[in-house]
Formats: sequence, structure tokens, C-alpha cells
Amino acid sequence: MSTEETERGPRRTNPESPPNYNFSSRSKLMSSTSSSQLVADKHVRYILMAEKKESLESVVMDHLRMNGAYWGLTTLDLLDKLGTVPEDEVLSWVMTCQHESGGFAGNTGHDPHILYTLSAVQILALFDKISILDVGKVSSYVAGLQNEDGSFSGDIWGEIDTRFSYIAICCLSILKCLDKINVEKAVAYIVSCKNLDGGFGCTPGAESHAGQIFCCVGALAITGSLHHVDKDLLGWWLCERQVKTGGLNGRPEKLPDVCYSWWVLSSLIMIDRVHWIDKAKLVKFILDCQDLDNGGISDRPDDAVDIFHTYFGVAGLSLLEYPGVKTIDPAYALPVDVINRILFTR
Amino acid sequence: RTLDRELGNMDTDETLPLSQRSEWSDVVPLTQDDGPNPVVPIAYKDEFRETMDYFRAIYSSDERSPRALRLTEETLRLNSGNYTVWHFRRLVLEALNHDLYQELEFIESIAEDNSKNYQLWHHRRWVAEKLGPDVAGRELEFTRRVLSLDAKHYHAWSHRQWALRALGGWEDELDYCHELLEADVFNNSAWNQRYYVITRSPSSGGVEAMRESEVSYTIKAILTNPANESSWLYLKALYKDNKELWISDPSVSSVCLNVLSRTDCFHGFALSTLLDLLCEGLSPTNEHIDSVRALATEEPDTNLANLVCTILGRVDPIRANYWAWRKSKITVAAM
Repeated sequence: MSTEETERGPRRTNPESPPNYNFSSRSKLMSSTSSSQLVADKHVRYILMAEKKESLESVVMDHLRMNGAYWGLTTLDLLDKLGTVPEDEVLSWVMTCQHESGGFAGNTGHDPHILYTLSAVQILALFDKISILDVGKVSSYVAGLQNEDGSFSGDIWGEIDTRFSYIAICCLSILKCLDKINVEKAVAYIVSCKNLDGGFGCTPGAESHAGQIFCCVGALAITGSLHHVDKDLLGWWLCERQVKTGGLNGRPEKLPDVCYSWWVLSSLIMIDRVHWIDKAKLVKFILDCQDLDNGGISDRPDDAVDIFHTYFGVAGLSLLEYPGVKTIDPAYALPVDVINRILFTR
Repeated sequence: RTLDRELGNMDTDETLPLSQRSEWSDVVPLTQDDGPNPVVPIAYKDEFRETMDYFRAIYSSDERSPRALRLTEETLRLNSGNYTVWHFRRLVLEALNHDLYQELEFIESIAEDNSKNYQLWHHRRWVAEKLGPDVAGRELEFTRRVLSLDAKHYHAWSHRQWALRALGGWEDELDYCHELLEADVFNNSAWNQRYYVITRSPSSGGVEAMRESEVSYTIKAILTNPANESSWLYLKALYKDNKELWISDPSVSSVCLNVLSRTDCFHGFALSTLLDLLCEGLSPTNEHIDSVRALATEEPDTNLANLVCTILGRVDPIRANYWAWRKSKITVAAM
């Protein structure tokens, strides 16, 4: 999972729109579909076409192609279109990214990192092909990244961040090897990153941030440690992320962004407080971020789209039970049927 | 542009494509193998493609030379998010025992174009850690510059917190927070940093010792703009281990009353703070009751906390469900 921001394209402009535009009327000028619907077919086409384009964005995405593939493929599965992708080619490419250490790189020829190791495992899970992995090897790579204080490094270079705690725990849980790490210490480290507003940061004392909160709450959920969360306090902080337009921001006084539809929402669901936000307004915000003509979803209305926000927008709609979107697991960030298949077999 | 660029030299002239520079004539570039039918083929711009092909060649042969260092720089200028290139650059820096002060400058020049990537900041930390406390001031200066462009820059704050912990320099940090809050009292990162300093600075007496001055500071901030989630949260945080004091401290109660009596601002946070106080056992005075009732358009509830929830459901309608839940949790004791 990555919270990286990619290069933004130019804002889409419509010379016909009046200065104080009303978004839904502008989109009617552009297309006959109003923004009150999910244009699923267009998003599917966008994902399949996206990386074929000559664009700076695709160039910039090269080293994190594994993340991009996870975002694209999971979105396709949520829209029940995973079958449109040639499975064998995806899987063989994924396996070319594995290192002798057991970890996966963001693309062929790159170095291994915990970020891409999780995405690789998640992609295999989508296709129900975890069996092609040497599970011992991958899990040893991940477990080997745990530090004395329970935290996790991203790779051999030692960057520490609660994102990596989540990644390690999520990955090992999917592989059914959580016992390879010191879970107690891992939980203790995450708890040490808890702030007085009920939220979590990247390291102890760091500002609460919705992306980090998702990681910490997700990790605590998977390890059965949610009792460490003050659900009422955190639930309040999370529902405070909703702004007047219905979108969610990631910290106080920041702009709303579609990706927080995932991080804030999944956190609220994991702590049973999702009814504290106005769901209808959030649905409208996400739908307003669609490119109704070319497909794809952007961070906020009128910006250029990308795979990252397309995934988070659709995943957010899944959590909001939008019709036509499969149910997604808020902790594992994979369709529920994929997780059930894994957790309830063997 | 790189500091060690040799101007006008055909061997290393960076305006020429790599394949035309005599310096690189001995190297066979390695193209990316996407497989027979790439699933998600990525189209590249030519310059990027060529630079990556040469990088792959030296990475594959593990060449840790001065030209390799220059090549990593070129590659990073095209894409500073490429973590493999940063890794390899570190190996080359170590092999060449390269001047790390120059490296700090290199990082700063990359940051000018795009400072929102984890790799750059991790690299910076790796360099600063090697240079040690001598660069404490420099790291604070660098993060200050980045924060002057984006005062809530999450990576910069994370690096700054690390630098204070590992290298020192806490003395002026509260003043720096004040500077930022004067510019924007809504800056949640700066409020978080205040808490960081009072709880973690080796010379701070902790929340207990700092409470009085911080409460006074925060109340001033609240009064300049009561619609500020961060300042109200900070105020509450100052009483974290002492709920009794929070309820009994007259300055907490009076800032609520002060804001509630104003007609020019959002009352939501003052009301929710009062609600929290009531639920913790504050006995409301007539002043409390009157100022809340003055805001009510609804039938006045004899239970003050109930009435506060009703008002909040109206002034903060997007969170109506939350306020309804709060109301349901009020016990008879909180009158």
C-alpha cells in the first residue's frame, strides 16, 4: 500500500462552464450521463488502457508498478471484471519481480521492498494463486524486517513507519504465518504511535493522519487488538474529516481527497462507527470525482484521474454498499470473497 | 543542475543522449524485459527509457564509479520516486567515500522539484545520520524551508521530529511553532509539534510543568478563531491525565462561555467541549445554562447536556448521527 502522490496532470477545463459552476450541470454539457451514477464500464476501460498511454504519469509509476497493478486489478475484481485480464501473464510478471531474499520489487529489476511484497501477495490472492509462492521464503523476508522495538522496516535500508507494521501483519496474515513475528511487540509499537486525539501517526509523536490511522487500526484489527483503540474518541476524529462538500480529508483543515474515502471509511467500519458520517454526501462526492467521458477517478472534482484514486474511489463506494460493486474487506483491502477463500480453507 | 558537471565536455555532456556520449561508449544498455505480451505495458518517453537502460546496465554490473554516481543523479532528476536508484546511489556514495555535505545539497536540489516522496526523505535521514549532531541546525533549516512552502508537509515534519530526537536543537522549537501558528492558527501539524516538544524535549518539565503557560497560549489562539478543531483538541490534551483539573479550571469553562456569547463565530467546538465537560461531571452554573439556551431555537430541555446535543445536531448537521449518539449516552447525572 502506498500513500505516495503521483504527478498531477493539468486540470480538466470546460470553456462552456460558468464561473460558479455547478458540477452536475457541467457534466451534462459534456456527456449524457449525470454524475449521480458510477460509470463502471468506463473505469474498466480506463484501467485496461491507462498504462498504454505515452504519459509522464506512466513513466513516473514504473518503479511502483506492483502497487499500480494491485490497484487496477482489485478495482477490476470489485467491478467483477477480473476475467478481462490475462491471468498467466500477470502472474508470470509478478514472479519476475521476486528477489532471492523472498521479497518482491515494484517492477522487474528493482530492489525488494515490503510495500511491493504485500501488493504481490494480494495480486496472487485475487487470482487464488497463493499456492505458486514459496510461502516460507516470502514470510521469512517479511518477518526479517521486524525490529527490536516491534516496529517494521520497509527494507534493508531501515526506514520505519507504521505503514510497514500494517503491511507486514496483513501480508503474514494472508500467508497464515503471523506466528513468525513477535505480534505482542508489533502491537506495542503501534500503540506507542497513538496520539491524544485517538489517532495514529507514522512514528511515536507524529501527527495523526488518516492514512496512518488506517494502517494502525487495520493491523490491530487483524491481530485481534482493537481494544487498544478508543473507538469513540477516534470515531469522532474520523467523522470530523467530513467537510461540507461531503468529501473526507486526512487531517484537520486539509482539502478533501477521494483516497480518504478509503482510509477514513475503512477505519470507521473496523471500529463500528461508520454511521457517524453522512454516507449519501460522501457517495455524491466520489461520483463527482469521476471522468464521465474517459473513465477514471481523481482526488477531487475536476482534477486529472489516476489509477490510485480510481481504486480508492471504487473501494470507498464498496464500503458504502454502492450497487454493482463487490464487498471489500476493510482490513485486508481485498474483496471479501477473496479473503473468505483464504481464511476459511486449509 | 549538478555541482560537479563538467561544462562543454563532450564525454559527459548531459545535453546529449547517453548513447552519444563517448564516456558511456563501453556500456551496453539493458532494456526492460516486459515479457512476450506485457499485461500492463508501460509506454516510456525516450529520454527516460534510455536513461533507465543505462542505469540497468551499471546496476547489473554493480559499477560504483563517479560516472555511475552522475548517472543516478540524472535518473533521479527524471524520476525522484525511483527507490532502486536511491539505494544504488547510497552504495556508490559509500564506495567512493563521497562528500556527504555535497549530498545534502544534491537532495535539496531534488526537493525543489518534488519533495513529496518517501525515498528522498529517507535518503536525507541516512545522510544526516552519518554526519551526526554537526548537521542538527542544517536539518532544522532544511525542514523549515520546506515547511515555508507547505506548512503541513507530513514528510518534513516527520524528518524534523527525527532530527530533534537524534541530533538535538530543541531550544527554539516552541517559538518556531508559534511562528507557524501566527501565520495560520489552523495548522494542526504545528499544534501537534507543540505537544511533541512539551512531552519529549529533554529540557521540558512535561505537561504538568508547562500546563499553565500552554493553556494560556491556547486560549488566546481559540479566541482568535473559535472554529479551530486543533486548538480545542490541544486544550483538552493538556489535561489528559487530570480530568478533575479540566473540569475545575475556571479558564476552561470561561473560554467556552466567552465563545458561546459571541455572535460572529461557529459555536460547534465550544459546545462540544462544554458537552464533554458536563459528561465528565461539571456542574453547570446559571451562566452556562443561559448562554446555551440563548443559542437554542428548540424547546429548552431541562437537561443541559441534552440541549447542547440538540443544538449541535442543528449547527453541525453532517454529523447529526454522532450528536444523536452522544445524546443517547447522557446519563441522568449530567444535568
